[in-house]
Amino acid sequence: MSAISASRHPAAARDTPAAAPYWNPYVVGFFLGLTLLATYLAAGRGLGATGAFSSVAAWLASIFSPEHAQANYVHSRYLASGSPLTAWLIFLLIGSFVGAAVSGLLARRSAFTVERGLRLSDAQRLWLAFGGGLIAALGAKIARGCTSGQALTGGSILNAGSLAFMLAVFAAAYAVAWMFRKEWL
Amino acid sequence: MFPLSSTMEIGPAATAAIAIVLGLGFGFFLERAGFGSARKLVAVFYFYDMSVVKVMFTAIVTAMAGLFLLSAAGVLELADLYIEPTNYAAQVVGGLVFGAGFVIGGYCPGTAVVATATGRLDGMAFAAGMLGGVYAWAEFFPGMDQWIAENSVEATLPGLTGIPMGWWVLAFVAFLALAGWGMALAEKRFAGLRP
Repeated sequence: MSAISASRHPAAARDTPAAAPYWNPYVVGFFLGLTLLATYLAAGRGLGATGAFSSVAAWLASIFSPEHAQANYVHSRYLASGSPLTAWLIFLLIGSFVGAAVSGLLARRSAFTVERGLRLSDAQRLWLAFGGGLIAALGAKIARGCTSGQALTGGSILNAGSLAFMLAVFAAAYAVAWMFRKEWL
Repeated sequence: MFPLSSTMEIGPAATAAIAIVLGLGFGFFLERAGFGSARKLVAVFYFYDMSVVKVMFTAIVTAMAGLFLLSAAGVLELADLYIEPTNYAAQVVGGLVFGAGFVIGGYCPGTAVVATATGRLDGMAFAAGMLGGVYAWAEFFPGMDQWIAENSVEATLPGLTGIPMGWWVLAFVAFLALAGWGMALAEKRFAGLRP
């Protein structure tokens, strides 16, 4: 536990000369856009993240009960084309994990810490992160995509639903942000 | 010629390799932007660091311009690209729920993976919550999932308005420039909120 509480101020830790500064957001955005474009050109579809979680959920469900998973409308879609763990989005996410790990290590930003504001405990923050992840997952399932699959991927091809999703995400987030300012400010 | 997926036969091993390589870039650049840090991400909702909007919007405009130019040059068939069908109620309600989860959890699905890869324990907690959430959706709301899937239609701005894609690209580039100027002002105005 001491390793965690010793790094209570992750922002301060990043400001030490050891950690490299982040890249200019417009430059990163340009390269991210090229990555998305390359994905479209190679695969005929864009990026995504939530689908990989759905594949893992379907895989877990099929371990507990293959019959139940096959009979379930949602799980069965992720089981339709062979093992759910060989889905396109799973490999994409494995790549993302490795790419992020390499970048974090090169910039000396990788550390076992908890990201939070200064006014709440690590345990509180971890529960909020878990709850937020659960809520975000339900939202992504309703919207049929998340910031990757809808906002970035659909937005770049001017998909009406994706742009509506993006506006709704920011509207709700700005509305809720002040209620949760203690978590971050 | 493009997309390659509809002009040539790509085997499962090659497909996996392509996905991993593209994922490497996706994860690397997200981390370079600082998106493995929940505090960097949520800063956008307190206006003192607008990086999330800058990165997202630049990425969208870059890819959009690329898609348009390549299709105008005749090397990309836009009609062959997969577009998620639209159901406005689903995308708006889902977006509102997702936005709340983003602020409370501090991440979105992709950035939670980036955070996990760089050791953030709250990123791992978010990812665990995500897994629980998608599992719960499949178990408790399969009927709603089916209804949304069966009540979505293809709807893009050029298709809906009749205004060709090139004009939209120009409009988005202009809007990005304007937004960049506005965001710089906002960051100055709200600099005091930075913890």
